Amino acid sequence: MSPSPRERVLRWLNRRPQARAWTLLGPGALWLVLFFAAPIVIMFVYSFMPRGIYGGVAPGFTLEHYRRFFDPLYLDILRRTFMLSLLCTVLCLILGYPMAYAIARSARWKNFLLFLVVLPFWTSFLVRTYAMIFLMRDTGLINSVLMALGITDQPVTILYTAGAVMAGLVYGFVPFMVLPIYASLEKLDVSLLEAAEVLGARPPARFWRVTFPLSLPGVAAGCLLVFIPSLGAFLTPDLLGGAKEMMIGNLVQNQFSSARNWPFGSAASFIVMAVVLVAILVVLRRRARTAAGGLA
Amino acid sequence: MATPPGSKSLGHKGRGPCGWAYRREYSAFVHVRTHPSPEPVAQLTRVSKSYGDVRAIDKISLEIYRGEFFSLLGPSGCGKTTTLRLLAGFEEPDADGGEIRLQGELVNDKRPYQRQVGMVFQNYALFPHLTVERNIAFGLVERHTPRGEIADRVRRALQMVRLDPAVFGRRFPSQLSGGQRQRVALARALVLEPPVLLLDEPLGAIDLKLRKEMQLELKALNKQLGTTFIYVTHDQEEALTMSDRIAVMDQARVAQLGTPAEIYENPRTAFVAKFIGESNFLEGRVVGRVDAWWEVEWVHGGRFRIPGQDGLAPGSVVRIAVRPEWMDICRPGAPPAGENSLAGTIREVIYLGETIHVLVTLPGAGDVTVAVRNEGQLIKPLPWKRGEAAAVSWLPEDCQILEAE
Repeated sequence: MSPSPRERVLRWLNRRPQARAWTLLGPGALWLVLFFAAPIVIMFVYSFMPRGIYGGVAPGFTLEHYRRFFDPLYLDILRRTFMLSLLCTVLCLILGYPMAYAIARSARWKNFLLFLVVLPFWTSFLVRTYAMIFLMRDTGLINSVLMALGITDQPVTILYTAGAVMAGLVYGFVPFMVLPIYASLEKLDVSLLEAAEVLGARPPARFWRVTFPLSLPGVAAGCLLVFIPSLGAFLTPDLLGGAKEMMIGNLVQNQFSSARNWPFGSAASFIVMAVVLVAILVVLRRRARTAAGGLA
Repeated sequence: MATPPGSKSLGHKGRGPCGWAYRREYSAFVHVRTHPSPEPVAQLTRVSKSYGDVRAIDKISLEIYRGEFFSLLGPSGCGKTTTLRLLAGFEEPDADGGEIRLQGELVNDKRPYQRQVGMVFQNYALFPHLTVERNIAFGLVERHTPRGEIADRVRRALQMVRLDPAVFGRRFPSQLSGGQRQRVALARALVLEPPVLLLDEPLGAIDLKLRKEMQLELKALNKQLGTTFIYVTHDQEEALTMSDRIAVMDQARVAQLGTPAEIYENPRTAFVAKFIGESNFLEGRVVGRVDAWWEVEWVHGGRFRIPGQDGLAPGSVVRIAVRPEWMDICRPGAPPAGENSLAGTIREVIYLGETIHVLVTLPGAGDVTVAVRNEGQLIKPLPWKRGEAAAVSWLPEDCQILEAE
């Protein structure tokens, strides 16, 4: 009996590991090339072209957009965005690490708590951010409670401040900090903690000398997962910060929409990307060094 | 003791009357106790530990003496590891679960860092983010030892476990072999000079040859340092090799406590006889007294004699264990004078190198194993073939009368 076509294909693939790998990689790779790599190349090219009058670009080559970005106004936005993202990362770490630790340690509630951490993803981020507006505005829940309790008789301005933006960013990104840290704490070998204890380490020493250093890969991953998207955040500062609290993401968005300056928006994007790449490199090099230091 | 008492070549004559079997000979060492001094360093008094409804250990009492090599031996789930973890302080005994004392001090509710014990873990438990040096220094740093002294003690600890500090000090655990990791784990525990060192199957993951080497090294360290070693293992040979005393554990209790020779040669229960070495079990009913012996009628017909100990009377049911190397094989109906014998058929002859096991099927009773020393099958082959009629014989004193379990 001659083999069926299906069998023949499978045999052909079995003999060629490379072809097999490409068969698995192909569809996803194609998707990424089409919708990720290609637009980036297009944007990169645009960022060196003159601005078109009605949006888009005109033919030619110019470094004008990159030069323009080094205007103190834009540099200030970049610096502020960087600082806000850094602060957001630190706050997420401070809030997220204890959460991750508690979840990893709890035996009975582990799955339920993890479920709660990812529960917000079930609704759209946009909806959740609007909900925060209802919470924070002058006639919102927080102010109503404060006034009802007589703590203040004037509404406290919360919405459209840097604090509101930070609250929104931290709220949105905390799960991305919790999950990787949880993963690294969860696989921590309990006998290492016991070894520390029998060697004389009290609980605080045990934490700082064993648990925390061994969770650093999770901390690094969490920091990247929070820092990078918060550099590019535009929805949260737009809705909770208003015009005053502009972040670089809002600048880029404006250039592509109302300002109709695509090349400048592209140039700004690439500068943010450069910042992100530097951040990743710093973290990855530190991780590589720790990995060489014995962490698998 | 230079050679482990369980070793089959010791204490037995080369050739029995039939020429092939090992024989037990009552030599002086058998009942020598080797406690360096009788001062108890760890005491468990009626200690119990339960997990839910399961009793992991049940009213265990043990006294472990300073400087001795003490093994907790038993199958998995017998409670040996729980006992060790109670001593380390990772587990607390039940509320009314007895007393644990270390160097006389009641430690029931002391945390591990408040106890003076060292521990070597089964999976080594080396800190993967620290170098060998810093792993060993971990406990010294906790004790605020001056830096210069730390370096010195770490170096000496590495030398003690025979690792070159210059070569291994800066390596990470992931860059070491299993045997080297185990040595580092040992150095890390011993550098603090604990009076008691707990070892939880530390050689389980090491290959056989290295394991034998490490066994002797551990034993030497125990004697050299005077540190009390409490060693958990499920490997009977390992326990016999290293221990001064062994507690054989079964189902949350201590089944028997004694020197390796006592455990091997006088197993009190069928469990101990089966778990340590191999044994042939025979059951019967005492029918009467003949000289210094009890005459026993075997349940499958035939008679044999056992030592005339007290506590038995005509009509008592007895169960005895006979080690394969205490038995001999001979022609049916022609046992050596004064020996017990039971006739059967040779089922299998198994060549094991050092010894040859002859399995003899006794009608109605299954197989008994007879261990015969290999005197060279190429020069002097065994005269027994599969399927032949044969009898097993043994001296009446070469058996152990078992207690009911």
